Amino acid sequence: MEVRQDVVDILSGFALFADLTTPELENIVQTFGEVYFSEGERVIRQGLTATGFYVIVDGTALIRVDGKDRTKLRPGDYFGEISCLLGESPTADIVAERPLRCLVLAPTALEEFLIAHPHVMYRVLQGEARKLRTTTRWLS
Amino acid sequence: MAQLTDPRFPPGAYPLVVVGSGPGALQLTYSLRRLGIEHAVVSQDQTPGGMFRKWPIFQRMLSWTKPFADQQRGSRAYERYDWNSMLADEQEHRAIMPSVMDGTSYFPSRPEMERCLATFAERTGLQIRHGCRWESTRVLDDKEFVLETTDGEYRTQNVVFAVGVAEPWRPSVLEVDGIQQYGDLRPVETYRDHRVFIVGKQNSGFEIASGLLPWARQIVLASPSPTQLSVATRSLVGVRARYVQPYEDWALAGGVIILDASIEGVERRGDGFTVRTKNPQEERSRIFEVDDVIAATGFTTPLRDLPKLGVATFGQSRLPAQTPFWESATVRGIFFAGTIMQGSQGLRKHGIPSNSGAVQGYRYNARVLARHLAETRFGVRPKRPKLQPDEVVPFLLREASKGPELWHQRSYLARVVSIDAGEGITDQGIQPLAYFVDDDKGVDGVAIALESNGREDPYPAVYVRLQGRVARERLLRPDPLLDFEGESYRRELSDALDPILDQALTRTVQ
Repeated sequence: MEVRQDVVDILSGFALFADLTTPELENIVQTFGEVYFSEGERVIRQGLTATGFYVIVDGTALIRVDGKDRTKLRPGDYFGEISCLLGESPTADIVAERPLRCLVLAPTALEEFLIAHPHVMYRVLQGEARKLRTTTRWLS
Repeated sequence: MAQLTDPRFPPGAYPLVVVGSGPGALQLTYSLRRLGIEHAVVSQDQTPGGMFRKWPIFQRMLSWTKPFADQQRGSRAYERYDWNSMLADEQEHRAIMPSVMDGTSYFPSRPEMERCLATFAERTGLQIRHGCRWESTRVLDDKEFVLETTDGEYRTQNVVFAVGVAEPWRPSVLEVDGIQQYGDLRPVETYRDHRVFIVGKQNSGFEIASGLLPWARQIVLASPSPTQLSVATRSLVGVRARYVQPYEDWALAGGVIILDASIEGVERRGDGFTVRTKNPQEERSRIFEVDDVIAATGFTTPLRDLPKLGVATFGQSRLPAQTPFWESATVRGIFFAGTIMQGSQGLRKHGIPSNSGAVQGYRYNARVLARHLAETRFGVRPKRPKLQPDEVVPFLLREASKGPELWHQRSYLARVVSIDAGEGITDQGIQPLAYFVDDDKGVDGVAIALESNGREDPYPAVYVRLQGRVARERLLRPDPLLDFEGESYRRELSDALDPILDQALTRTVQ
């Protein structure tokens, strides 16, 4: 109840939430806020603190470091977790490439959320491991 | 063009049309008039006041006005303590709210709020065409909006909708005959000795629970998310202290039940209802047999056919997505005022939203919007005061300590000073912080805002734009006395501004 079923349906197809039941997905839609960004708008700003943990529901975004575009993010991708977990400024801009709809969680709420949803935490951990692997390959 | 001087704004063509007559529309039309911007104002209501003509349902505001505060009534700094008055340039039109309150509470009653708004409209001579209902919208030749109203057609290139976010919404599971909703409750005495199930744990749910505490046998408040309290979040996120009594009743086992649970179903049972709930962490459902079910499940924005015109919306409230200057993100020329402005979200630092959903926040947005419209649509550019280099630091710290815009709209509105080799140092006034940090074409300068992190006292945050880019922020320390004008703050801010002020000084000397 009190949730937007269309968003629940979309989340059910994301790897991040693949282990959750429908009531748990409904709870996530309740717990997260929903935000919208126009094309070209910055979601996260390099160097500015206190952003949030974002999950893309619809649209695409670009990771931009020092003004240079690096990678594209798509529905199901998430970002902002590193600055939330470390309490540090993001090292990149995230810019809406096309109109972008995201779910967002406040940085202070991320720890509680991940502990309450260990399967999501495991999926996030897998994601961080992939990023580390990519970086290691790049450095070597 | 129609006769712009006609106080009744007959149907016709206008350079700008404002729809609504609540506080958001009143503040905007006042500010536009003071800038000399011709516009029409139409409203379906018969008198000014918007939702405060009938709500809050328990007749007492949630926003305070302190008749006695540490700043002189009517001064700009006093606005920090008066959340309800409209803003005015003229001394005699400021701080109207405390002058119409009876002194029994620093939360004005609903009739006092209505009187405050009507008094402001009357004394400042605002002109509104009342009883004129906006019904539909279309676009003519890709450049002009046509608003169909009960009085006829209004044509304009710029329209501001200030129609509130006050249409009660309920999920389909609550579409059951007999379920009541915020706004259509019965007199409280009819809940005498009843078991009442309230769906929703935001302020509206707790407001209803507070009102029914003396009457109901049992009150259950349920929704999936845990209750948050404003005193814990140190922001307007969460249930306000005025409505916390049911929470204490629950905490002390007085009979109120607060559940983190989904509603799986509601069925009629004779004169009452059966409600099934489920917590995602538990395997089993719970069953409640109650006399009344009340939906306090939020409100939506009555945008009528605007989404069909391409106005993008988001979230359960169907708020229109907006630019930092409250223009539709997807349809140029359509703006929003009043509580709808919360659709322009700003930086949301620490996850804390702006106060644009409340009068004390959006009244400042309205003034910024009026100036933005004047400058970008009408070529009217209000004069900006110049500053000397040694005035910048004390000026910014004074704004951080006493500027009501910064106090009420933290991490959202900022005082901006531009520093330009040719133009010198200029007070650019109040701007949306998101605009300042994201406007890569803007001149170099500094913005100061107040910020909260949900744990500490508020603190000033300084953003410096150098060579067209805001690369980082400088967060000053919080102060328990909320005074940022002392020597240590002057030193810290001077350090932060040295690079940019040095450049300006060098250029000035050369």
